[in-house]
Amino acid sequence: MRHARALLAVFLVLLFLFALFIEHPFSTHFSYYYDILINIGINIILAVSLNLVNGYTGQFSLGHAGFMAVGAYAAGSWSTHLGPSIINLLAGSSGILTPLLQPLGIQLAVGDNVSLLISTLFGGLLAALAGLAVGIPSLRLRGDYLAIVTLGFGEIIRTLILNIDFLGAARGMSVTGTYTNVFWTFGFAAVAIYVVLGLVNSTYGRGFLTVRDDEVAAEAMGINTTKYKVIAFVVGAFFAGTAGSLYAQFTGYVTPEGFNFFKSVDVVVMVILGGMGSTAGVVVAAILLTILPELLRTLAHTDFVPALQTSLESVIKIHLPPLQGLLENRLILYSLLLIILMLTRPQGLFGDLAGSRKRVAPPASK
Amino acid sequence: MSSLLKVDRCTIRFGGLTAVSNLDMTIGSRELVGLIGPNGAGKTTVFNMITGVYQPTEGSIFLNDERLNGLKPFNITARGIARTFQNIRLFVSLTVFDNVRAAFNLHLKNGPIHALTRGGKFKREESDIEEQALDLLKIFNLERFRDVMCKNLPYGDQRRLEIVRALATKPRLLLLDEPAAGMNPTEKSALMTLIEFIQEKFDISVLLVEHDMRVVMGICKRIYVLDYGLTIAEGAPEEIRRDPKVIQAYLGE
Repeated sequence: MRHARALLAVFLVLLFLFALFIEHPFSTHFSYYYDILINIGINIILAVSLNLVNGYTGQFSLGHAGFMAVGAYAAGSWSTHLGPSIINLLAGSSGILTPLLQPLGIQLAVGDNVSLLISTLFGGLLAALAGLAVGIPSLRLRGDYLAIVTLGFGEIIRTLILNIDFLGAARGMSVTGTYTNVFWTFGFAAVAIYVVLGLVNSTYGRGFLTVRDDEVAAEAMGINTTKYKVIAFVVGAFFAGTAGSLYAQFTGYVTPEGFNFFKSVDVVVMVILGGMGSTAGVVVAAILLTILPELLRTLAHTDFVPALQTSLESVIKIHLPPLQGLLENRLILYSLLLIILMLTRPQGLFGDLAGSRKRVAPPASK
Repeated sequence: MSSLLKVDRCTIRFGGLTAVSNLDMTIGSRELVGLIGPNGAGKTTVFNMITGVYQPTEGSIFLNDERLNGLKPFNITARGIARTFQNIRLFVSLTVFDNVRAAFNLHLKNGPIHALTRGGKFKREESDIEEQALDLLKIFNLERFRDVMCKNLPYGDQRRLEIVRALATKPRLLLLDEPAAGMNPTEKSALMTLIEFIQEKFDISVLLVEHDMRVVMGICKRIYVLDYGLTIAEGAPEEIRRDPKVIQAYLGE
């Protein structure tokens, strides 16, 4: 943690330079990988922020897609409707500031990056508010009960959007201003990682871990467990909101179905697979689980698979069901891989629930 | 002697069951008081009542004349009452050192924003806490386990660590819930010395719930005896030992 801030700064600068290069040479072939890259960044933000709630604080939330939806739709409406109307209100033909600005020859315009930043923060803040609203009443519940409440919340958000015509209802919403790029996506991912690690690695943040370990003991040590749960929830919701915002401003189009229960489960899987309460593990899991389905898709269409099938069948002299078909149903394979991973490493890739921090063997004798 | 804790005619009912009835109890400053009674007498309920886990159905509890009724457990700890648990409740995923450091959370001046900006004030407080936690571990000879996961500690050390953690909240009154449970005679003797040492070194009052008569009679200046939620006796160890009601409660008719 000592050099974390310096590292963060260096990372952001490198990212910025990288973004300058990668943004412009845009070919159709390239944009598929670019897509995956952005999705990795978004998934890192989602998984790292959910890990604060599910991993470090031990509250099982299934509503992350709901907060993501709030962020996505908030950012979408900001960049499509609210932002332009505010500019118009201030500096339009009959704007408030127009009489002041016009004589000076100043045109009020918002650059792409500023627009993205404002709408992303707006999305994050609205999601954080939603997190506060859900968190305060429901965090008295524990375990399975909390999971059900957060699941219900996610569905409520989705159904609400489905019925709000302003947000496009079932038609989905087109978002103008698709300015999300590598810099902002991974910039926000880096900030999310920094915030979660920074919080957890302090005396203040050790409160989150004590809530996970033993709420009764934590209260007896003077720790306000409800406050900690709400903070974890709000911070988690904020970053889920920014992830949703970045997503909306990348695809340019969002539907309520994109934020259903299964999206929440996807993120939960990343957290569990990475190891609850291990930020490094969760980042790796987010990268792996974003790449893996795409990798399987590519694999199914190589010549290698039919060739493998023919040689296999000639050796064992039995006709196998078409392997290519199996691979094309990549989600089956994907699920199978998850099952195998969980059976062999139930504590997650990097995790061991009992602390991803250093472990030292006890001294032999007194 | 001024009274630190005053329990004023407190009753706790769970539905039809009266777990504690009309309890009067005072603990002076720097006093070492025992609370005994057969299984199910309501001793742990009294603890839970004083620490705010349960609210008394009737009656009031005062700490230095401040009424504690209605306060949450963490508020009560902040006012100076710390406790240990009958079944050890350490923070199992944390190291020994972090268990103690976590208990400093209570008096923390830095908030989440400071944890992110990591300014000088934050660093000073963190290193200050580190030092104090280490000092505490040293006093109890646990510093060699500093980076060990607390669940890997030997049983007796886990019990001691729980006491250290409670002391880290800087209490004025320490409640110990059966600290001698599961200990052998040698460990019990060591525990008795330890409790007396704590009382003197940290200049605090101690309320001790214990089954082991030798421990209670050996170190407590005053003892309360509970049976079926009723206070059946109160006094110095010698009086309690001879009290016919106590003998009857423990040994039967």
